[in-house]
Amino acid sequence: MDWMVWTLPTAIFFGVIALLLVVMTTWELVSPTRERRGFLPISTTRGDRFFIGMLSAAYIHLAVVGFTSLSLWLALGVSVVWMLVLLRWG
Amino acid sequence: MNKVPNNRAWWLVLPMLALVAFSAIVPLMTVVNYSVQDVFDANTRFFTGTEWFVKMLNDPALQAALARQFAFSLTILAIQVPLGVGIALLMPKRGWRASLVLILVTLPLLIPWNVVGSIWQIFTRGDIGLMGWSLRQIGYPYNITSSPLDAWVTIVLMDVWHWTSLIALLCYSGLQAIPEAYYQAARIDRASRWAVFRYIQLPKLTNVLVIGVLLRFMHSFMIYAEPFVLTGGGPGSATTFLSQSLAIMATAQFDVGPSAAFSLIYFLIILLVCWVFYTAIMNLQKDRQGGARHD
Repeated sequence: MDWMVWTLPTAIFFGVIALLLVVMTTWELVSPTRERRGFLPISTTRGDRFFIGMLSAAYIHLAVVGFTSLSLWLALGVSVVWMLVLLRWG
Repeated sequence: MNKVPNNRAWWLVLPMLALVAFSAIVPLMTVVNYSVQDVFDANTRFFTGTEWFVKMLNDPALQAALARQFAFSLTILAIQVPLGVGIALLMPKRGWRASLVLILVTLPLLIPWNVVGSIWQIFTRGDIGLMGWSLRQIGYPYNITSSPLDAWVTIVLMDVWHWTSLIALLCYSGLQAIPEAYYQAARIDRASRWAVFRYIQLPKLTNVLVIGVLLRFMHSFMIYAEPFVLTGGGPGSATTFLSQSLAIMATAQFDVGPSAAFSLIYFLIILLVCWVFYTAIMNLQKDRQGGARHD
């Protein structure tokens, strides 16, 4: 695995993503999602909203890193809140 | 009742998943690892955090390349989609003429990118190229190596020449799928040619057009070989698109850290566009099914 030039932050990053996928799968098995329409213009399943949340999180981080001097933790916080809002009301 | 569908068949996907992990997921993870480090060789590397991302996002050359990329993709779409639909409408529907025209239309698609670039490189030369020579003969100082406008127009022309066929073929198959009864009904109503196009053919073409636009957008957004052979990204950087900027950084300068960061940004843009198109297609189909139920 050394050739993949791991660092602690990237290991944590992928670990969290893997964990989130496992959690989403378990959640789906325990209580299957129903497609519904929230504030988003399209009807979505839980997985759709998760994907939208992850993709927007990537863009939020890029915007904060590239165009502001704010802390990355702020971007992370905004992303988590946005993800929760999406999953609940999206 | 809460019914859980039986999902055990998903285990059958495992071998494919292993293959994709080997060929795509693990390499992508490696790119992420590279993007936060400055790697000199196998043993010398430093953690740089977000430095490469800051640098890439604020690099004026890359921002310009991104803007050029969008301008290029939108230009060729604006030309190729109407042109492709028009060609598809003119193509014969059956008989030996249909086969002949199909072969002729398909031909440009069979030519490899590099060859298309070379063909146009020779075609546009002022001394031996037919187009370059003719334009100069009629008094226009055509030169793709010194005039950005000439280079741009030529690259757009080349892409239109190479890829309009794809849209035309997709639309042709879409048109062939329209049942004759629709046209008969239109004739009974004495519908004009325009009305037939607007209310029968165009709605039936929506699905293939969305796919066509998606394919052409992705293709053109990743265009590399053709402009590379034709203009080399010049004059200056007037026709340097994203892929070429990336290739220069990754292979010529061997800056793996910055190129990894840049690749991820590139990937995110493409992922977003793909997702938007995919969702649009899926919702179009859903609306159509919903509409059919109400009828």
